Amino acid sequence: MSKTIRLQRESFDVAAETAALTRGRTDIGAVVTFTGICRVDENGEPIAALTLEHYPDMAEAEVARHVEAACARWPLLGVTVIHRFGRIAPGENIVLVATASSHRQAAFAAAEFLMDYLKTRAPFWKQVEKASGKTWVEAKAVDDSAAERWLGPRGAAAE
Amino acid sequence: MKLRYFAWVRERIGVAEEDIDPPAGIATVGELVAWLSGRGEGYAYAFENPKVVRAAIDKSHVRADAKILGAGEIAFFPPMTGG
Repeated sequence: MSKTIRLQRESFDVAAETAALTRGRTDIGAVVTFTGICRVDENGEPIAALTLEHYPDMAEAEVARHVEAACARWPLLGVTVIHRFGRIAPGENIVLVATASSHRQAAFAAAEFLMDYLKTRAPFWKQVEKASGKTWVEAKAVDDSAAERWLGPRGAAAE
Repeated sequence: MKLRYFAWVRERIGVAEEDIDPPAGIATVGELVAWLSGRGEGYAYAFENPKVVRAAIDKSHVRADAKILGAGEIAFFPPMTGG
């Protein structure tokens, strides 16, 4: 079981990270990767860049807790979570979640679970740079409800 | 104890972190927020809607009724927008 968690300023190579997850393994039958990318607009207004602020030690601890919760809940054979911080230009990667399992269901579900929790529980904050100035991105209720659907008797491990 | 502020909470208060010694009788995160709000305009602005601001004690999320006794580091920040 390989677990990789990295919070970093620099970009990452999705293909290389995926290859690292499966290298030398023949028991993995499914890898799901999610890449979050910086869009060029926010609420219809063009942006020059995003800046991600984070709470370093807590972000690492919080991501690790959710990776543990995912591993307890699904039969995973590998997990990689990479989250960038600092200034990120449109078109650049922000976040990677890659999950490996014998079968696709666990890999899909765990990747979605991890992303839903990263959005609402990992201490990162996005600020956008627009022509009109810098503004903090507001949290979305839809992200909260996406994370809440994993709660309940089987999801308690995430809390 | 050490307080840390992030994103617009940090901007409104004007510092990223500080050491404070709250008066006796401040037992919970919510009481600490109420006390901080009285320390100046920036604090009052940061905590104008205390339900919106999130808190963590020693790097774990907590609610307003969490006890602060023994806390080393308390952080305040807006709802998270990572991912």
